[in-house]
Amino acid sequence: MSDTGLKHWFGSRIEKWRQLGARLDELERRRLPSADEAIEAIDLYRALGRDLSIARRVMPNTRVTRVLEQRFAKLHTIIYRKPHNWRARMRSLFRDEIPSVFAELKIPLQWIGLLLALSTAAGWWLVTTYPELIGLMASEEMISGVEKGHLWTEGMLNVMPSSIVSVGILTNNIVVSLTAFCLGIFFGLGTFYIISLNGLMLGAMMAFTHQHGLAGELLKFITAHGVVELSVICVSGAAGVMLGESLIRPRYATRRESFQIAAGKTSRVLLMCALLLIGCGFIEGYLSPDPDFPMINRVVVGFGYFMVMIGAFTGRLFGRSSQAYPGQIRP
Amino acid sequence: MSAQAPRLTIASVTGVEVDLRIAGPGSRSYAFTIDWHIRLILAVCWFFIGTFAFTRSFSLQVGERGGSTYAFTVLVPAFAIYLLYHPILEVIMHGRTPGKRMAGVRVVTRTGDVPTAGALLVRNLFRIVDSLPVFYVVGLACVVFTQQHTRIGDLAAGTLLVFDTAESDDSLASLTVPTANTFNPATAELGRELLDRWAQLAPEARSHLARQLLSRANPALSSAELEQETTDQLRARVQRFVAGEA
Repeated sequence: MSDTGLKHWFGSRIEKWRQLGARLDELERRRLPSADEAIEAIDLYRALGRDLSIARRVMPNTRVTRVLEQRFAKLHTIIYRKPHNWRARMRSLFRDEIPSVFAELKIPLQWIGLLLALSTAAGWWLVTTYPELIGLMASEEMISGVEKGHLWTEGMLNVMPSSIVSVGILTNNIVVSLTAFCLGIFFGLGTFYIISLNGLMLGAMMAFTHQHGLAGELLKFITAHGVVELSVICVSGAAGVMLGESLIRPRYATRRESFQIAAGKTSRVLLMCALLLIGCGFIEGYLSPDPDFPMINRVVVGFGYFMVMIGAFTGRLFGRSSQAYPGQIRP
Repeated sequence: MSAQAPRLTIASVTGVEVDLRIAGPGSRSYAFTIDWHIRLILAVCWFFIGTFAFTRSFSLQVGERGGSTYAFTVLVPAFAIYLLYHPILEVIMHGRTPGKRMAGVRVVTRTGDVPTAGALLVRNLFRIVDSLPVFYVVGLACVVFTQQHTRIGDLAAGTLLVFDTAESDDSLASLTVPTANTFNPATAELGRELLDRWAQLAPEARSHLARQLLSRANPALSSAELEQETTDQLRARVQRFVAGEA
């Protein structure tokens, strides 16, 4: 381009470039732009693309070119951003996506369930055979309480209000669940560790309370919330296993891609796990420690909540039909 | 290792590529440090102001007066501010946080788009792994050794941290419509950059650059003539050329 031509082109564009910043800010703020605004954005995109192409050629590495590059990148983001429809997005997530991922998790879920059962049995056997090992699993306070014939859950509500107990419990459970998932990145070994440790502690505590004649009391305590709580932790573990498997046996071109797709898919299930654990926390904080809450009611609550969990994971709770095809989930 | 920052190049339908510069460990750490201070200060302020409102004194002994109201209005929000600062702000601010804004970086997908809320939550969920064993050692090591400076959370969410420095509208505001007497736009840009950096450059360097620029812009100027001019005179001459008054 000749010097005169370049000057003419530059002079004719300066004012447009100056106005572009404010216009892009306006377009970025509009979450639902009109058709006219969309067409304007596309026209701007074309024009700016031409200007940037010339600027890169005739004045590379200058500040003006860098500004144009930024504006072009910003406009690209505005044009390609996804439409916002939270209601439809949530419906699709809960009705179709989570059930599809859950269906894929069935086999890892069986393995994780088996691991939990085996580690629980191991915990039981260890404490039955070597009673002194309970010192590694429980605090001194808990051990002395059980030895005196009192479960640690007794009088829990006298110490703290149910609301605080619930929040503490649900926070802890969610952290365990998320950790079981995230540690799957270590080729699944981290998940195995968390699940085994939880199983071991559960078995050990069951054996210890059984030795002191409190197994019935413990069962009464965990009936209402325990089934869903353990199931959800197993689901998180299964998601962690899937994450590990994506690194061991990548299904896509690279391990990074495989890991990214597995993480994106399985994290949807974790959202449901977190929601279910909030419910468990409230049951455990309000109903389970209440000595006046009858066993039959605990069974009804436990079974009912378990059915809610099944409905949530299979999507039936959100109107998914039983014949629904488990569609491929977007990465 | 290349000295130049890695770039994310995205093909567009216009045929012009979108080029984004990927932020390295330094910018990431800088943004994180700012955010960490902000969330810590906010959480601590909330805790102390809330506790003061309950106890009506500077004592931290809440005692029986507090109970669940104290826990839910003071403790839980303080923890929530500290722990949920990143995920909530990144979702609301479309991949930015106050710290990232100050450091001039933002989170984008590998296609240069604003990440979805789900991707941003996954990115933050993996802080559990990135922060292991202490002080984000795993995350930092990952950032240093990966080609695109990504931590595990970014790998999981398919995101990158790119520079988003507003090169500032000043660069465009100071532009003038070229006339027959001015530098051509490319040289004028160099002149403007030279004038902006004038004070930071060593006297010999700025004189040398100004002479080079002036002789390139106006071949009629003899090198002997330019050699005799002082730094201030050279600066004034560059200013006149940039403004089209030469």
